[in-house]
Amino acid sequence: MNGTQEPINGMEVVWEKPSTLTETRMHYCPGCGHGVVHKVLMDVIEEMGIQDKTIGVAPVGCSVIAYNYMNIDMQEAAHGRATAVATGVKRVLPDKIVFTYQGDGDLAAIGTAETMHACNRGENFLIVFINNGIYGMTGGQMAPTSIVGMKTSTTPEGREVHTQGHPFKITEIIAMLPGTYYVTRHSVHTPTTVRHFKKAVEKAFKYQQEKKGTCLIEVVSNCPSGWKMTPLQSNKWIEEKMFPFYPPGDLKVDGKLVEKKPIPPAATTEIKESK
Amino acid sequence: MSEVLLMEGNEAAAEAAILAGCDAYFGYPITPQSEVIEYLADQGRKRGMVVMQVESEVAAINMVYGAAGAGARVMTSSSSPGISLMQEGLSYIACAELPCLLININRGGPGLGTIQPSQGDYFQSVKGGGHGDYHLIVLAPASVQEMADYVYLGFDLADKYRNPVLILADGALGQMMEKVIFPDYDPKQRKISKPWATTGKTANRPPNVITSLHLQSEDMEKINIHLQEKYRQIEKNEVRYELISTDDAEYLLVAYGLSARICQRVIEIARQQGIKVGLLRPISLYPYPYEMVSKLADQVRGILVVEMNAGQMVEDVRLGVNGKIPVDFYGRMGGIIPTPEDTLTSLKKLMNKTQPKKSSEKLIKEKV
Repeated sequence: MNGTQEPINGMEVVWEKPSTLTETRMHYCPGCGHGVVHKVLMDVIEEMGIQDKTIGVAPVGCSVIAYNYMNIDMQEAAHGRATAVATGVKRVLPDKIVFTYQGDGDLAAIGTAETMHACNRGENFLIVFINNGIYGMTGGQMAPTSIVGMKTSTTPEGREVHTQGHPFKITEIIAMLPGTYYVTRHSVHTPTTVRHFKKAVEKAFKYQQEKKGTCLIEVVSNCPSGWKMTPLQSNKWIEEKMFPFYPPGDLKVDGKLVEKKPIPPAATTEIKESK
Repeated sequence: MSEVLLMEGNEAAAEAAILAGCDAYFGYPITPQSEVIEYLADQGRKRGMVVMQVESEVAAINMVYGAAGAGARVMTSSSSPGISLMQEGLSYIACAELPCLLININRGGPGLGTIQPSQGDYFQSVKGGGHGDYHLIVLAPASVQEMADYVYLGFDLADKYRNPVLILADGALGQMMEKVIFPDYDPKQRKISKPWATTGKTANRPPNVITSLHLQSEDMEKINIHLQEKYRQIEKNEVRYELISTDDAEYLLVAYGLSARICQRVIEIARQQGIKVGLLRPISLYPYPYEMVSKLADQVRGILVVEMNAGQMVEDVRLGVNGKIPVDFYGRMGGIIPTPEDTLTSLKKLMNKTQPKKSSEKLIKEKV
């Protein structure tokens, strides 16, 4: 119980934020997925009772000051080096729970080598990979995962393959590495997908306790500010534009590649633009 | 352990790290220091250390960051090009105040350069190297014995000041074999508690955060001021140097590391020829013994700085001398080690400039 306020007479507390989240007001833009992902992670850590043994690593990106919101021990890492820092932590504290919280630029551009090698070594930690196809922190530039045609401040005419290359499906590559145990793609843009994501986080922490190897959860997320959309438009854009290229679903379960075409964990929830 | 052993510098440093209770090593092979990781991969692992050969020096230094932040006694080693790759991480480590030890077995540069010994990384080591206002504590061994000794000292200083420590040696010190005695050192007694480390937040304390990010200018300046105050303390407490034959010296050699070994031979030859020359050997390159340089400048007629580079430490000597007497430089580059004979020739050139001062004045007067 974290209650900052006594309930008003006659009312009862039916929900409150977990004690693993601090009182600090988040700086994320309205509609951004980061806040939801933070809450789910911290919910799971509280429910599993592992606050006292969890160490988070947040590198450069919009979530670089995640340690202001997550009420756990954390290390801020240089851009791209989250999995190297996490390797250092986990190798000297093998019985602790370690996770990284990385954006697409960090994990799939500047930190590709660190990411691939940590996964290939089977580092026994969880990688949470927020893929919103854009560099939010620096003001909306192209990310390695920006889809073809996507307009960003550095691709004003839309991403074009000849110049900027293909969107990087790094999660598919990571799933093929023998060091990974559980690789899955989720989203947090509807209540249903949030619940599915939470289950994936629970599984990943459990696998880490069982020392199974690297787990990676990609969250296909939004960036209303960078995408220049309303939150609802951005959620719709996730389904219409991101999912066809980054289909939700498990890519690797119990150390085995999922053979069949990934099935979205959530049927799409109807999104209506409110006036 | 008081046994006298014959060991290579790299291996002596590695053995000292194990004996100093180093918990973890992360590194990437590079000549001429690969024996450090090779020795640790065998002996270190057998004796309980985490020893990892990883994908790059960039990854290695960030693993050092993570492990140091988690409270471990941790180190890495490399040679010049690899140390360049670590500069970003070192800047973060310095700001986050993480204790750790680095060894640079300096080779000739710039670029891929040569695998032969050099002191060309002096500027990088003592003036910062990475971005922002920070200092490493830099120790310069001149023997295999000191390659071992400064590992213990380095870990202790790193913990004491929460600051990265760099041992700056060169390819010759790393590769040559000499006798070494490992001192009695009980890591259990020497390791200090690290209540700031990220080991998991317990109910009785707020979360521990390791970070170098301070977005508000006022906050960042506070961190800068704190770091600078720490550096002033280090400058006050940790200046180390050795004086050889300086008591009656009329001329002074200033050299560190392998160059200082050569200068000891220069002193022997010069003194046989009646030249009263001594040696100041800085051991801590940061903090630098400016005061001793200044003091000796009041005593001697001229100073010759000897380095295996194009003239880097000579700038610090000139800062210490502050124009009082002539300061000459003799150095070789590209992995070439200066010979005592050539060094002596340079010393004599300096003497010609300074010694006959009085007699030449007389000469002029006589002519008049």
